[in-house]
Amino acid sequence: MSVWVFSEEVNGLPSGGSLELVSKARTLGEVAVFYVGSGSAAAWEALGNHGASSVHHLDTGDVLPSGPAAAAMADLVSDATAVMFGIGNTDRDVAGRLAARLGRPVVSNGLDVSIDGSVTVASEILGGTLGVTTEVTADSPAIVITRPKAFVAEPNGGATPTVSPVAMADSGRASTALVQEKHVEESEGPALGDADVIVSGGRGLGSADGFEMMNELAGLLGAAVGGTRAVVDAGWVPYSYQVGQTGKTVKPSVYIACGISGAMQHIVGMKGASTIIAINKDPDAPIFALSDLGVVGDVHKVVPQLIAGLKART
Amino acid sequence: MNIAVCVKQIPDPATPYELDDENHWVIRPEDQVLDDTDRSGVEIALQLAEATEGTVTLYSMSPSGSLQGIRQALAMGADAAVLVDDPELKGADALTTARVLAAAMQQQGFDLVVAGTESTDGYTGIMPQMMSEILDVPCLSFARKVDAGDGSVTIERQTADGFDVVTAPIPALITVTAGIEPRYPTFKGIMQAKSKPVTTLTSAELGISNTTHQIIRSVEPVAARAAGEIVEDEGEAYLRIIEVLEQAKVV
Repeated sequence: MSVWVFSEEVNGLPSGGSLELVSKARTLGEVAVFYVGSGSAAAWEALGNHGASSVHHLDTGDVLPSGPAAAAMADLVSDATAVMFGIGNTDRDVAGRLAARLGRPVVSNGLDVSIDGSVTVASEILGGTLGVTTEVTADSPAIVITRPKAFVAEPNGGATPTVSPVAMADSGRASTALVQEKHVEESEGPALGDADVIVSGGRGLGSADGFEMMNELAGLLGAAVGGTRAVVDAGWVPYSYQVGQTGKTVKPSVYIACGISGAMQHIVGMKGASTIIAINKDPDAPIFALSDLGVVGDVHKVVPQLIAGLKART
Repeated sequence: MNIAVCVKQIPDPATPYELDDENHWVIRPEDQVLDDTDRSGVEIALQLAEATEGTVTLYSMSPSGSLQGIRQALAMGADAAVLVDDPELKGADALTTARVLAAAMQQQGFDLVVAGTESTDGYTGIMPQMMSEILDVPCLSFARKVDAGDGSVTIERQTADGFDVVTAPIPALITVTAGIEPRYPTFKGIMQAKSKPVTTLTSAELGISNTTHQIIRSVEPVAARAAGEIVEDEGEAYLRIIEVLEQAKVV
């Protein structure tokens, strides 16, 4: 039984999400990886060390990878039982195109995958309130997209995999999309996705200025700063700050939600935090239903007091 | 430029969703609303249409007969809408939806397709990419900034650690992330929306049948996090926050 995993290169190595997938996939069958990027010995070693037996490597150069990658994968994965993708942007682009090309459904937001005759995917819907088990009844391969951190990336000391170059396949007009420039945006403090403590702001902060105290609080706690879709839409912080369904999924030790009401689409991204602290002036805010400590109060009073209190300790 | 925008009508997210017992599908009331995530797409389409003296046509698939959400997007300024409304499409998966919307766009014609990144209710997050494959167009996805003109479209595409500048000739499809503040409908826009043309099609007219191949085997409530302690702030709640941070060994 073969299981394919899609892996996009990030900073010269397989994306962190794809190593989580490879670790899971090795418990399901023999793991083949479809890798998009420049490739390197270090990348192959990392994939092998997490359980990949073979790597199929496509470098699309300046062409946006999704079209050529989906076209090449369609030829390779026909005998596979399942093809697994993470939730990264290129993952989703390739998964969608591949599924349409093969005429197969995609089951998204997977939290667990099992193979027992057919492929079954566990997921959660409606803000994580309902657990759903979905069986794929289409012909194989089943195409599955899983949520970040659904699985743990664990090395198993596997050997370096066999690596086969993949030629650019004909992907029609998709191959006319060209990447002209690449920009890396530096950010201070820990990355949101990996942070142990997150300070997050919502509409209740009132304006973009409210994020000044978020940054100060984050600095004192060694935390990353996040935000809701509403504040990203309002332009108070960039999209890279967004926590939730359409943004990042985070699992910090502590999540401090300031002026966040707790819309379904936000909760999906942060309910995995070990400890949730919420500050909101509305006692009926849904965020309080999942908070370990809920403070009914004005963020513009409580947060400055908290900052002063933390400073007084040092 | 003839711009096609995907919009979805969903049950109001402010009210609890219910599933039907037989198929576990979301029960869709008559008065569905425009998905908030689609407003960014409508906004971008309106800006591009204004810059190129183009038109904006909304495309939606809805088995409920509701038009309220479509009217909300028309009120923002879109010119017309095409709604594929067919009971046959109940429970349709993303691939069926993509086939239906792509067929409607091919029938009506387009230069550029604009979509959000995922719906709020279903959030499979791959429908636009499926459409781009069916339509044989490049998919410039996760755009935070869009420029179009001279027969091409250029975006800033969000990546794991920054953004890429990506360009393609039209016809093309783009998906837009949040971060583009949508306009509010004006009173005039709301009044005009009532008389804008809405074309209704069935899946049979498009020659597409529902080919959903996934079955929901079970649905069970997830053990909810227990609500914890609630403190009314009277000037000293911050001390309790510090205690909780100490217990979590963060300070």
